[in-house]
Amino acid sequence: MKTYTTRAVALVASAALLALTACSAGSSTSGGSSSGSGADQALSLGLVAEPASLDFTTTDGAAIPQALLGNVYETLVKQDDSGKIVPSLAKSWTVSPDRKVYTFDLVDNAKFTNDKPFTAADAVFSINRVKTGWTTSLKAAMDVVQDAKALSPTQLQVTLAKPSNGWLFRMTTRIGAMFSETGVAKLATEPVGTGAYKFSKWNRGDSIVLQRNDAYWGTKPFFQQITLKYFKDPTALNNALLTGTINVITTVQAPEALSQFTGNSKYQVLEGTTNGEVLLSFNNSKPVFRDIRTRQAIRQAIDHKALLDTCFAGRGKLIGSMVPPTDPWYEDLTAVAPYDVAKAKSLLQASGAAGATLRLRLPTLPYATSCGQVVKSQLEQAGLKVQIDQLEFPAAWLSTVFKNVDYDMSIIAHVEPRDLGAVFSPTYYTRYNDPELQKDLAAADAGDEAVQVDNMKKAARRLSEQAAGDWLFLLPNLIVADQNLTGLPQNAITENFDLSRLARS
Amino acid sequence: MILRLIERTAVLLVSLAVSSVLVFGFMAVLPGDPARVALGVNASDEAVAELRRQFGLDRPLPVQYVDWLGGLLRGDLGTSYVSKVAIGPQVFDRLQVTLILVVAGMIIALLLAAPAGTVMAARHRRLSGFALSALSQVGVAVPAFLAGILLIMVFAVKLGWLPANGWTPPAEDPGMFLRQLVLPALSLGLVQGAVLTRYVRSAVLDVLREDYLRTARAKGLRPFPALWRHGLRNAAVPVVTVLGLQLATLLIGAVVVERVFVIPGLGSLLLDGVSNRDLLLVQDVVMVLVVAVLLVNFLVDLLYVALDPRLRTGAR
Repeated sequence: MKTYTTRAVALVASAALLALTACSAGSSTSGGSSSGSGADQALSLGLVAEPASLDFTTTDGAAIPQALLGNVYETLVKQDDSGKIVPSLAKSWTVSPDRKVYTFDLVDNAKFTNDKPFTAADAVFSINRVKTGWTTSLKAAMDVVQDAKALSPTQLQVTLAKPSNGWLFRMTTRIGAMFSETGVAKLATEPVGTGAYKFSKWNRGDSIVLQRNDAYWGTKPFFQQITLKYFKDPTALNNALLTGTINVITTVQAPEALSQFTGNSKYQVLEGTTNGEVLLSFNNSKPVFRDIRTRQAIRQAIDHKALLDTCFAGRGKLIGSMVPPTDPWYEDLTAVAPYDVAKAKSLLQASGAAGATLRLRLPTLPYATSCGQVVKSQLEQAGLKVQIDQLEFPAAWLSTVFKNVDYDMSIIAHVEPRDLGAVFSPTYYTRYNDPELQKDLAAADAGDEAVQVDNMKKAARRLSEQAAGDWLFLLPNLIVADQNLTGLPQNAITENFDLSRLARS
Repeated sequence: MILRLIERTAVLLVSLAVSSVLVFGFMAVLPGDPARVALGVNASDEAVAELRRQFGLDRPLPVQYVDWLGGLLRGDLGTSYVSKVAIGPQVFDRLQVTLILVVAGMIIALLLAAPAGTVMAARHRRLSGFALSALSQVGVAVPAFLAGILLIMVFAVKLGWLPANGWTPPAEDPGMFLRQLVLPALSLGLVQGAVLTRYVRSAVLDVLREDYLRTARAKGLRPFPALWRHGLRNAAVPVVTVLGLQLATLLIGAVVVERVFVIPGLGSLLLDGVSNRDLLLVQDVVMVLVVAVLLVNFLVDLLYVALDPRLRTGAR
C-alpha cells in the first residue's frame, strides 16, 4: 500500500515540476513589455473603459476619443495644458470683425495614413460630414456652421450663422477631427487620420495597439509602439503596473490604493485637475426643488471637506460651481454656500421641506456609491429623509434618471469640457429653467474673449447662488507611472490622452 | 439503448427551444435602450428612434425572435449593435479562450481530485485522510475569484514568478501563453478540485464497502490493487455526473475569473455586452453558454452507458 501512495505522490509532484519548468522556460524567452531589446521603443498604458467601437461619429462614450483623438486623428485647433486654444493642422486663423467668418491657414505637409495629402477640401468634407454622417448628439455643435469652403488647398473659410466662441472650442474636441474622404468606409474598425500614431491592431476585450506614423508631418514621437490595455477591475490595473505588465495607470479609480505606489521610488504619482465636476443634481421640475431655500439648505447641509476625505481619500478639489480651474472664467466659489447645519435646518423649516423624503438615485459607479452614503447621512442630520436607489450604469441610469427624469437627486461626474450651459438647461435632466442664466450664456458665446470671460463668470456665480445643484468636488487627474517617463499630462482637460509627448528620460 | 438515445435527444431539443425563448424574453425586458446607450446622453428622440429602426428593434417581439432563431440555426449570429461587426467570429474567438481556461481548470481539478479523493477514502479513519478532508473542505468554501486574487498577491505581486494578468494566444508566444494560463487555471482548478475530491472520496468509500471488493481482497489482493482493478470503474459513474455538472460551474466561474485576470474570453465579452446594451451579442453569448451546458449534460448521459454496461441492456 505504501508504494502505491508514494507513486501517486511522485506522479503529482513530477507533473507539477514539469509545469513549472515549462513556465520558467517561457520566462527566459519572453519577458513583459518592460524588458527585452525593444523595451525603450514600446510602452503599455493601462486604461479603464474600452471603446465599444472605434467610430466616434456614430458611437458615444469617452473611450474612443481618449484613444484616438490627437493620436490618430488631428483637429485644426487644439487645447494646450492651460486650456488655451492653439494651432494644430491649422497654422493660424483669423476671425472677421462680425465674428462670423473664420479663415484658417492649414499646414501643407500633413498626410493621412492612407497616403492621401491633407488639404482644405478634406477639412470641408469633415465639417460637412458632421451634419450628414454623424449620429451622436455631439453633432449639434456643428449646427451653427452655415458654410465651409476651400479657398485654396491650404486655406479654409468657415462661415457661422451667428458668432460663437463655443464653436471654435468644440473644434478642439472630436467634432473637429479631420477625416480623409477616402478613409471613412470602415471607421468602426480601421481609423485613418493624420496623427503621430497610426492604428495597428485591436485585440477586443484586451488592448489597442498603435504604431508610430513615420510619415508624420510634425515632431516624431519617442515611442515606436504604444499599447493601450483595458482593465475593468481597478485592482487588476494596479497589479499590472506592480508586476511590470504596463508602465502607466492613466486613471487611478480608487485613490485609497495610491499608498502602494507613493512610497516606492520605482513610480511617480501625478495629481492634477480634470473637467469632471461631481454634481449632486436636483430634479428642478419637482415641486420640492422649486423653492430656492430648499436647494440652498441642501448645499449648506453638506460638509464638502469631510465628504471629499471620506469618499475620495481627500484627493480632488472643492469648486463650488460648474467650472474647473483650467477654464479662463474660473473663480473659487466654495464660500457661496458654506457648511452650516443650523442654517440649513432653518432654511428647510422656512421652505416647508423639513422631514421630506428625497430619492437619491445613484449610478453604480464607485465614487457615486460612496459619496451617496455621505450625502445621505449629512442631509439626514439637517432634517431631510433620503432614500438611496442604485441604478446600473450606464444603461439603467440613463433610461431612468437621464431620459425619464424619474428622480429627486442623483450624483454623477459631468466630464465634458465647458458643459455648464448644457447641464443646466430646461431640456437636460436637471430641468433647470433660468432665463437669466441663458441670457448670460448667449452673451458669452457671441462676444469677444473679454466679454466671454465676464459673462461666464456671471453665469457660474448665478448657478452657485441659485443652488441649481451642489458641486461635491472636482475629480482629480491621478496618474501613476514608471519613474523615468516624461510628457505625462498634469491636468486631464481634453478628451484625448496625448501619447505624442511621452518619452523616457 | 437506442430508445434511451432518442429520449435524451428529445429532452435536449425541448430544453434548447425553451431556453431560447427564456433568453430572448429576459433580454426584451431588460431596462435600458441599446440605441440610447450607443448615441449618448444628449441624443434626440428622433435619432434614437431611427437607430432602433436600423437595429430592427421597432418590430414586434415574435418577429424579432423568429428572425434571431432563424439566424442561429443558419449559424448567423447577426451584427453587433454597438461595434457594427459580425458577432459570430467574435464569439468563436472568445469561446476558444474560455474553453482553454475551462479545460485547463478541469485537468488541474482532476489531477488533484482523483488521487486525493482515493487516498482520503482509503485512509478515512487515519489522520492523513482526515487532514486531507479538512483541507478540501477549505477549498470548497473559497470562491474561484478569491483564490485568483490570493494567487495574484502571492505569485505575481510578492514573488514576481508569474504575470498578474493578461492573455497571449498560444500561437503567438507559447511560453507567455503558459505563464499567463497558470494562475487563472489554478484558481478555477483548485476550487473545483476541492469539490470534486469530496465526490471521489464518497464514491470510492461506497465501492470499498461492496462485496466484490471484499472478494478481491479475500483472493489475496492488497487494498490499492484491488481498488485499481475492480473498484475505480464503478466509482467513476457518480464522479462523471458531478464532472458534467462541474463543467457548467466552471464555465460560469470562468466568467468571473476572466475579469480578475483580464482575459478576453466569453465572460468579458458578455459583461461588456451587458454594459453597452449590445443585446443581440448578449443574447448570442448566453445562448452559446446554454447550448454548451445542455450538450455537456447530454454527453454525460451517454457516457454513463459507456461506463456502466448494466445501463446498456435497456432493462431498468
